[in-house]
Amino acid sequence: MPPSRFLPHSDLQSLLDALAARGYAVIAPQSRDGRIVYEETRRSADLPWGASLEQTAGGSRIHHAGHARCFTWANGPQALKPLLFAPSEPLWRISRQADGYAVKAAETPQRPLAVIGVRACDLAALAIQDRHFLHGPYPDPRYGARREGMLLVAVNCTHPASTCFCVSTGDGPEAKTDFDLALTELDDGFVIEAGSAEGEQILAALSLNAAQPAQTEAAATGIRHAAESQIRALAGRNLHDALMSRLSHPRWQEVAERCLACGNCTMVCPTCFCHAENEQPELDGSSSLHSREWDSCFGERHGYIHGKQLRPEISQRYRQWLTHKLATWHEQFGRSGCVGCGRCIAWCPVGIDITEEAAALLK
Amino acid sequence: MKTPHAPQLARIVERIQESDDIFTLRLRFNDATMQESYRFRPGQFNMVYLPGAGEVPISISSDPEERTSFAHTIRAVGRVTRGLSRLGPGDEVGLRGPYGRGWPLEEAEGKDVFVITGGLGCAPVVAVIHYVLKRRERFRRLVILQGVKHSHDLIWRASYERWAQAPDTQVLIAANATEALWPWHVGSPIDLVSEARFDPANATCMICGPEGMMVAAAKALKARGMGEADIHVSLERNMQCALGLCGHCQLGGHFVCKDGPVFAWPEVKALLERGGL
Repeated sequence: MPPSRFLPHSDLQSLLDALAARGYAVIAPQSRDGRIVYEETRRSADLPWGASLEQTAGGSRIHHAGHARCFTWANGPQALKPLLFAPSEPLWRISRQADGYAVKAAETPQRPLAVIGVRACDLAALAIQDRHFLHGPYPDPRYGARREGMLLVAVNCTHPASTCFCVSTGDGPEAKTDFDLALTELDDGFVIEAGSAEGEQILAALSLNAAQPAQTEAAATGIRHAAESQIRALAGRNLHDALMSRLSHPRWQEVAERCLACGNCTMVCPTCFCHAENEQPELDGSSSLHSREWDSCFGERHGYIHGKQLRPEISQRYRQWLTHKLATWHEQFGRSGCVGCGRCIAWCPVGIDITEEAAALLK
Repeated sequence: MKTPHAPQLARIVERIQESDDIFTLRLRFNDATMQESYRFRPGQFNMVYLPGAGEVPISISSDPEERTSFAHTIRAVGRVTRGLSRLGPGDEVGLRGPYGRGWPLEEAEGKDVFVITGGLGCAPVVAVIHYVLKRRERFRRLVILQGVKHSHDLIWRASYERWAQAPDTQVLIAANATEALWPWHVGSPIDLVSEARFDPANATCMICGPEGMMVAAAKALKARGMGEADIHVSLERNMQCALGLCGHCQLGGHFVCKDGPVFAWPEVKALLERGGL
């Protein structure tokens, strides 16, 4: 393993340039409308310099604190998921021909993305999504094409939110595998290391100084503090049996009285994979587009089957979501579906807290 | 670029009206090579696509050894199935499949076969009935128990009468409500489980129908001494991709489209008895 190097804040632009020179569209976090969003940019100045996020149950507020760092926040509502598993995308189109119909698959996405600022929780979620979309009996070609071209620049978390609990799920705050490059931010720059052959090539081309022992030590301290400062935790990494034996617990009804069934938690969850297939016929009947878009198990149509709703009650839908995420997920993926990112807590309009619900159910 | 999501085109070669709202479409892929290589097992399903409307999962009701075409028996209940009901010979639909795990027919060889169906549940298992009757020597007794809400929902009435004449075959039929001169049982099909002539210690049971009926049937079979692992059920769920990707058909940790739709009873018993999952 090559030694880690030091990338001064003033040289961050050279990393973006190096990624762009290799043909990547660079995606980096940016502060927009009070949120952190992951969007394309060519300028390191677009990153959220001096921004901090205060995340609580049902809240996420950005502050511009005026300090000189750009990763002093945990996560925005989305990161990798929409870049690989598109919120809405065409699958195929059927057209009328002179003697019948013809079906044509939508073109496969081809633009390789380099994503800067991938958190450990998002890498853990990525591994789950990879398994779901690529390692079943029918690999998804659209996800696969985007994934194949993606370069990942991880950022170790030094400023977790109050909603974070990745230590308890075992997924963070440090990115350990599956990245090309990993950064740990200090006051004046980043300790940077490579995690793949391509990452090493990029690192070599940047001609950086080796990180000093004091710098690598400060980086390790930052990650350790991030782990120690987390105040939330899930009460165990495998709650399968505990939850499946509590399907009649009164807490399901209690949480249903607060839950709006809006589906925000499933939209921001980096592991939720449900999607609906839709048909959009042209008005003149000449063709019809078959597409897919993210769907939620909190919606009316998720459990709908010829005139019958399998989960008519919100308590049943919340139970479906939580028991899938924390219990039956183990049967499907050999691990829990929760990576401790805390997004579902911050982006729930009524502040329902998955760690609190799980704890109440275990009582 | 080939995608598992896109359907192949197939043409309707025959349309049969089975009852007021139940019809059978016999289909053939436009691509002759595709048709020749197409194989399925009874209990598997296809995604049937009505151009401009959408796809629905429908089990295959024909004999797997008929190679020149295959059939779907469909009840017109939703937007897509009502649209499909208006098609006729020569019309085109999209098709992809077959998907899922079919009935355990090898496991059933040398045993009594007990088929229990409720409502249109008969479509997925009628392929089993044909399969067993064509290969009669491989199986022991065949018991067919069919329940319908109303006697006019009973399709293939002539077939049941014919099957009742076959050797070592018992046909039991129940309707909760009937018209005049109904020769069979009035009431629940579960009432008739006790009349079935089979060896509970050496039998395979295949059940298809409403979930409440399947739960009750499994209970009645257990009471007759059948092992739960010998009871199999075919489940229905919202299926939009059939590829194990879209997530709608999940039941506990199962993706019904790829892990089922046929399950051994112990795999799903606790989940179905609970309901609302």
